[in-house]
Amino acid sequence: MTEKKEDKFVQWILFATGISSILIIILIIVFIFSEGLPAMLSVGLFNFLFGMVWNPDNGIFGVFPMIIGTLLTTFIALLLAVPLSLCCSIFLAEIAPPNMRKLLKPTIQGLAGIPSVIYGFFGLVIIVPFMRIHFGGSGFSVLSASLILTVMILPTIISISEDALRSVPYEYNEASLALGATQWQTIKNVIFPAALSGIITAIILGMGRAIGETMAVIMVAGNVVQIPGSIFEPVRTLTSNIALEMGYATGIHYSALFATGIILLAVIIVLLLIANYINYKKRVTIGGGYL
Amino acid sequence: MPYRLEVENLNVYFGESHILNDINININNNMVTSLIGPSGCGKSTFIRTINRMNDTIPTFKKDGTVLLDGKDIYDPKVDVVDLRKRVGMVFQKPNPFPKSIFDNVAYGLRIHGLNDKDIIANKVEESLKAAALWDEVKDKLEMSAMGLSGGQQQRLCIARTIAVEPEVILMDEPCSALDPISTTKIEDLIHKLKNDYTIIIVTHNMQQATRVSKYTAFFLHGEIVESGLTDKLFMDPTDKRTEDYITGRFG
Repeated sequence: MTEKKEDKFVQWILFATGISSILIIILIIVFIFSEGLPAMLSVGLFNFLFGMVWNPDNGIFGVFPMIIGTLLTTFIALLLAVPLSLCCSIFLAEIAPPNMRKLLKPTIQGLAGIPSVIYGFFGLVIIVPFMRIHFGGSGFSVLSASLILTVMILPTIISISEDALRSVPYEYNEASLALGATQWQTIKNVIFPAALSGIITAIILGMGRAIGETMAVIMVAGNVVQIPGSIFEPVRTLTSNIALEMGYATGIHYSALFATGIILLAVIIVLLLIANYINYKKRVTIGGGYL
Repeated sequence: MPYRLEVENLNVYFGESHILNDINININNNMVTSLIGPSGCGKSTFIRTINRMNDTIPTFKKDGTVLLDGKDIYDPKVDVVDLRKRVGMVFQKPNPFPKSIFDNVAYGLRIHGLNDKDIIANKVEESLKAAALWDEVKDKLEMSAMGLSGGQQQRLCIARTIAVEPEVILMDEPCSALDPISTTKIEDLIHKLKNDYTIIIVTHNMQQATRVSKYTAFFLHGEIVESGLTDKLFMDPTDKRTEDYITGRFG
C-alpha cells in the first residue's frame, strides 16, 4: 500500500467509527419512535403527556405523574448532591494535602463503580426502614429515592468538577494571592468562576445519571403512579415504569411503554439543551471578549 | 535614610537543595533595583521570599532575616495577607484574571473590603492612568481582559498591583514575554512609578537593567556576587565573574 493510500484508508476507518456513533443514536431514536408512536397517537399526545391515570388493563395511559416523579426525584437529588460535591471537589482540588487526595479520590471514584442494584439493596435495608420509623408511611418514598440518587451522582459531579478546578491555570491563583487575597477569597472569586463551565458540565452529567437511573429507584421509590402529596409518599419514575411493566406488556400497552421512553428522551434532551445553553453563554463571556 | 528592605544572611532551601546562600542586600526607598544573573541563579526565588509567595511551596525553608521598614516579615505575628498587600508582584507571564478589565483592577480593592462603587471606580481609573493604560481601555472597561494584547495585559497587571497601594513592587521579568514596543512602554512606566514605589525588577536583559535601575545586584549560583550602583557595576565591576557575565562570556 502506498503511503497516500494508507492515509486515505485510515481516514476512512476513523470517519466510519466516528459516524457510527451518530448512526446508532439515530437508529435507537427511530426504533423507539416507531414502537411508541402508535400508542401516543391512539391515546392522543395531550392525554398521554398530561393524563393523570395509568391503567393498562383499561387502556388508559397518562404519564404525567411519572414525569413529575422523575423531575422531583432528580431535582431533590441535585439539591442535595450539588452543594456536597462542590464542597468536596473544592477540598480535593485546592485544600487537601497530596496524600489525603491520593486516598480520597480513588475512594470517591469507587462509589461510581458500585452496581446500582447494590445501592438499591442498601436503600431497601437501611433508608426505607429509617424513613418508615422516623417519618411514617411505608418508607418507600420520593425522599428515599432522592437520597440514593444523591449518593450515586456524587462521584460523577465531584470528579468532573475537581478536574475543572484543577485545570484553572496556577497563574490565577498566584496573581490573587500576591494581591493579598486569602485562599478562600481566591477560590471563591477567581478559581471557582474560572472553572464554572466545567462545573456546569459536571452537574449536567450527574443530572443525566439521576434521570436515567432505574434499578435503585425501583427498589426504594414504592412505584405508585401518583403525584406525591409530600416527599414521604411513594412515586414512580419514567424509567421505573418501563422496567416494571416491560416483562409482561403486549399490544398497545407495550407500545405505551416505548412512548414513555420517548418522553424520557425528550425530558433528557430538553434538560441537556438548557444546561448546554447556560454553559455556552458562560463560555462566550469568558473566552470571546465581552463579559 | 533608612532602607526599605534589609536582607541579612538569608538562606533558602527547597527540600534538600540549597537555593539561596547567605544573601545580604539592602534596598533603597523609592528607587529601582535590578536583579540580574543567569537562569536558575535564584533571582526569582529571592523576590518570592520578599512577599512570602514561597510559603505556598511545602518544602520551602529559610533562615536569616528579611526586614521591611525595619520589621521582620517572617515574624509569626505578621499577617501574610497584609504583607502581600504592602509588597505587590508582577509576574513573568501576564496573568490577568478571566474577568473584565474593570474587575481585574477592582479585585484587589474589593478583597480588601472596599465596597463603595464610586471610590472603586475612581481608584480603578487612577490605577489605569498610573499604569499608562487608561487611554487605550477607557471605552471598553467591561470587556474581558483576555482580549487585550500581551503588553496591555501586563500593564493591566501593573495597574491591578498598584490599585492596592503597595510600598514595594516586585517584578519578575515583566517584559520577557513582550515585544520591543510593549517593553519600552513598561520601562517608561517603571521610570514613572519609581517616584512613588520601591521597585525590584528581575531581568535577563542587561540593557534593561541599565535603562531602568539605579542599583543592580548580580546573582550567581544562589549568591550575590556583586551589588551596587548600576553604572558602577556595568562600567567598572569589582568581581571577575561579574565582568565575564556582563561582557557575555557566560550565562
